[in-house]
Amino acid sequence: MESIELLVNRKKVKVEVDSNTPLLWVLRDHLSLVGTKYGCGIAQCGACTVWIDGEPMRSCVLPVSAVGKSSVTTIEGLHEKAEHPVQVAWDELDVPQCGYCQAGQIMTAAALLKKNPKPSHDEIVSGMSGNICRCGTYHRIHNAVKRASEIASTSNSSKKK
Amino acid sequence: MKTTRRSFIQKTALLSGVFSLGFDWFESKANSGIMQQMNPALDANRFNAFLSIENTGKIILYSPNPEIGQGIKTAFPIVVAEELDVDWKQVEVRQANLDTQLFERQLTGGSGALKHSWERLRKAGATARHMLIQAAAQQWGVDASTCKTSKGFVLGPNKGQKLAYGALVDAASKLSVPTEVTYKSRADYQLIGSFVKGVDNYKVLTGKPQYGLDTQKSGMLIAQIVRPPAFGSTLVSFDAAEVKKMPGIIDVVSFKNKVAVVGKSTWEVMQARKKLVCTYSDTSNLESDSTHQKWFDEGMKTDKAKVERKDGDFNAAIVKAAKVIEATYECPFLSHTPMEPMNFFADVRPGSVLLAGPTQVPQSAQKAVATLLGVPENTVQVELTKMGGGFGRRLNNDYALEAAELSSIIKMPVKVMWTREDDMTGGIYRPAVRYHFKAGLNEKGEMIAFYLRGVGLNAGNSTRQDNFPVGAIDNVLIESFNYNSAITTGPWRAPITNFLASAEQSFLDEVAVAAGKDPIQMRLDWLQKVKTNPVGKITYEPDRFIEVIKQVAEKAKWGKKGANVHQGFSVYFSHLSYVAQIAEAKMVDGEPKVTHVTAVTDCGEVINRSGAENQVIGGIIDGYGHAMFSKLSFDKGVPQQKNFDTYKLIRGNEIPTVEAHFVNNGIAPTGLGEPALPPTGGAVANALFAATKKRLYRQPFAGPDNANL
Repeated sequence: MESIELLVNRKKVKVEVDSNTPLLWVLRDHLSLVGTKYGCGIAQCGACTVWIDGEPMRSCVLPVSAVGKSSVTTIEGLHEKAEHPVQVAWDELDVPQCGYCQAGQIMTAAALLKKNPKPSHDEIVSGMSGNICRCGTYHRIHNAVKRASEIASTSNSSKKK
Repeated sequence: MKTTRRSFIQKTALLSGVFSLGFDWFESKANSGIMQQMNPALDANRFNAFLSIENTGKIILYSPNPEIGQGIKTAFPIVVAEELDVDWKQVEVRQANLDTQLFERQLTGGSGALKHSWERLRKAGATARHMLIQAAAQQWGVDASTCKTSKGFVLGPNKGQKLAYGALVDAASKLSVPTEVTYKSRADYQLIGSFVKGVDNYKVLTGKPQYGLDTQKSGMLIAQIVRPPAFGSTLVSFDAAEVKKMPGIIDVVSFKNKVAVVGKSTWEVMQARKKLVCTYSDTSNLESDSTHQKWFDEGMKTDKAKVERKDGDFNAAIVKAAKVIEATYECPFLSHTPMEPMNFFADVRPGSVLLAGPTQVPQSAQKAVATLLGVPENTVQVELTKMGGGFGRRLNNDYALEAAELSSIIKMPVKVMWTREDDMTGGIYRPAVRYHFKAGLNEKGEMIAFYLRGVGLNAGNSTRQDNFPVGAIDNVLIESFNYNSAITTGPWRAPITNFLASAEQSFLDEVAVAAGKDPIQMRLDWLQKVKTNPVGKITYEPDRFIEVIKQVAEKAKWGKKGANVHQGFSVYFSHLSYVAQIAEAKMVDGEPKVTHVTAVTDCGEVINRSGAENQVIGGIIDGYGHAMFSKLSFDKGVPQQKNFDTYKLIRGNEIPTVEAHFVNNGIAPTGLGEPALPPTGGAVANALFAATKKRLYRQPFAGPDNANL
C-alpha cells in the first residue's frame, strides 16, 4: 500500500492503494468516480478512456503509479452540466442506447476534436474505431463528432465577436 | 376489502397532496379498472404506479420494465404522457423497482413490452386526464365534455378557465375511477412518433452512477468467482492459503463447483484470485469443435428427428421435381458480450433479502433467490439498475443467484463481479446450429416441395416451422433434432431466428436463381397465394409482409442501381414485426465490401422515432457484425476466445451505412428490440453472392471456411 496523490478533474486527491492498481479501479473503487467503465481490462474496448494531461488513455491498463503529477480528466470532469460540445451533440443526436460505452466514446471524441477541430469523415471514423459499442451506435457517434465540431466552431466564432 | 382500501388511499392522497394512478394487477384479475394507489410521498422508493402528479405540479412517470438499451424507459412514459396530455419537458421519469402487485410482465425479453403494455399505458394516462377534467368541470360548474386539456392544464369553455393539473390533484383523487375512457385520436399525437431523446442521456453524458456495476452500498464487499475452465469439469479441491495472504482479502468460500474470492476492492480481488490453486476432474467427453461437427453430421442422418410441421407429402413431391436445390448452413456458438459484464449485489439478512443489479427478468430473480434460500418471495426485494446491454444474457440470473448464495454464506453484503474473461468463458451462449434445406421446383420453376432440418446443440426446436414461406408451399416437411451439450446456452437477441433467418433467406435466394425468378417477385407471388389459398396454419399477415417488401424495393431502387452495386434481398417476420432489407455490396480493389443496408420495418405504431431508428440500425449492425466476424470455439470443453483481442466484435470503421424506414401504419405497436437483426445475415450473404457469385454457408462469413457443407 502506498499513499498516492493525484490530480483528478482539477482536484487534488489522495488514495491508499497498491501502486500497481490500474487507474480505472482507483477511480471507481476509491474515488467513487464510476462514470469511467470497465469493459475488457485489456485496452481493447475503450470503455475506460480518460485523459492524462489531455491525451486519451486506457485507464484499465494504466498503473496509478504511472500517473504521477499528470492531470487526470474523467467523464465527470468534462463538463458537469453536459455543456461540452461533444456532450451537447451526443444529446442532440440521441447517441446512447445502453450508454455503457459512451463515457469512453465521448472522452475519445473530445480528445480527437482538440487535436483536429474539423476532422473529415474518414478521420472521425478512424479516430473513433478503437472504441467498441455493442449496441451499434456507430453511425450516430460519427455524426455527433461532426456535429460537435460544428457546435465548437460556432461558439468559438461567437466568442471572437 | 375494496372499500377499506379505497378510503385509506383517499386519505393518503389528501394528506400527501399526491395523486397517483397505477394498475393494481393483484386485483385487476377481478376488476380490470384502474385503482388509485397508495403513495407515501415521503418514501418515493416504495411507490410504483405508472404516474403520479403532486399538487406542486410535479409529474413523475414510472417505467417498470428493465432498461437494457432498448429504450423502454423512454418509450413507455411517452405513451402515458401523450394520453395524459402533458408537456414532456415537465415530466420526470423514474425506473420502478420490481413490484409484482403493481406491474405485470416486468421483464425485458422477446421484444414484447410495448405489445403487452400499449393499452395499459394509454389507459393509465387517459384515465388520469379524464379525472382531472372531471375535477375541473365540477369546480367550474360546467359539463366535462366542454373542457379540454393542453400540456398539463385543463381548459374550460369560458374565458379564463384554466387550471394546472397540480391544482386539481386533490379534487381528482376523490373521484371514482372511470371504467371506460376515450383515447386521443392519432392525428392529435404530439409525442408518439416524434424524435424523443433518451431520458437517461444527461446521466450517461456526465458519468452518473446508474449501472449494476456502479452499485455502492454500505459495508459492501467485492467478490469474483473462479469457475471450472472447461464445460464438463468438476471442482475436486482448492488451496486458498496464498489467496488469503493477499492484501484486502476477507474470505474464500466454495459452493456449487465454484470458488469465490471476497475482498475489499476489485483490483485486490483480481490479483488474489490468480493465487488460487484448483484441482478439477474432467468427464471423459469434453467437447471440442470436432465433437460438434460429428454431432451435426449424425444429426443430419438420424431417423429420430422430430417432425415440427408437415404439409402435403414432401417425399412424394421431391421425386417428381424437375429441379432440386440443396444447401447446408452453420453457425457457431456466440457470447452475448454486453459491454457491462455480469454483476449483482446481494445482502441476505434474517428476514430480508436485498438484491440490486442488471437483470432482464427481476421477478425470476426474486423467485429463484427465494427458492434457493428457502425464504418467502415477498421478503426478497429487487432494485433495478440500468443495464450496459443485455442481448438475452441477462435472462439468466445465474450471477444474481451466485451473489445471493455468497452473501448468505459470508453473511455480508456483497457485489459479485464477473471479468470479461469470466463472462466470455463461463457464460451462456447462442447455441451452434446446422441447417439443411432442400427445395423441389416444377418445370415452371415453382417451388412445390420445401424441406428443412435443424440440428442444434442445446437449441431446443431450432426451426420456426410456421413461418413464411411455409403457408405458400404445398409440400413441406420441417424437422428438428437437438443434442444435449455440456456447453450452457440461452436466448441470444432474436433466439434461433438470428441465424435461421440468415440461412433460410440465403437459401431462398439460391432457389430464386435456380428458378430463374426475381427473388422479390418470387416472395410476392408466394404471398399472393397465401392470401388466397394458404397451406395449413400460418402465424403472419401476408399483407403486412407484402407492404414492407414493396416499400424496400422502392426505397433501395431494387435492380436499378447499376452494374457496380450488387444487391441482396431478405425479409423476415419475428416478434410480431416485419422487416425487409436490401444490402448492397461493391467490389473495392477486387474485394467485396458491404456498403449499405436499406430496411423497411412494420412494427405498427412507431412510439419514439429516435429509439425506433436506434433499434433497427443497431440490430442491423449487430446482425452484420456477428454474421461477418464473431465466433466462439471450443477445445476439450474450454472456450478458445476469452476477450475482445480474440473474439471479434464489429467496430465503427467496418460498418455499412444504414437507412431505417417505417411503415408506421398505426396498428398497435409490436416488438422492435430484435426483429431487425434476423434478416440482415441473409441480405448481406445475398449481396455478397451478387458481387462474387460465391455463396456463404458458414458464419462468420469472414472466417476461413465457407464451402457448402
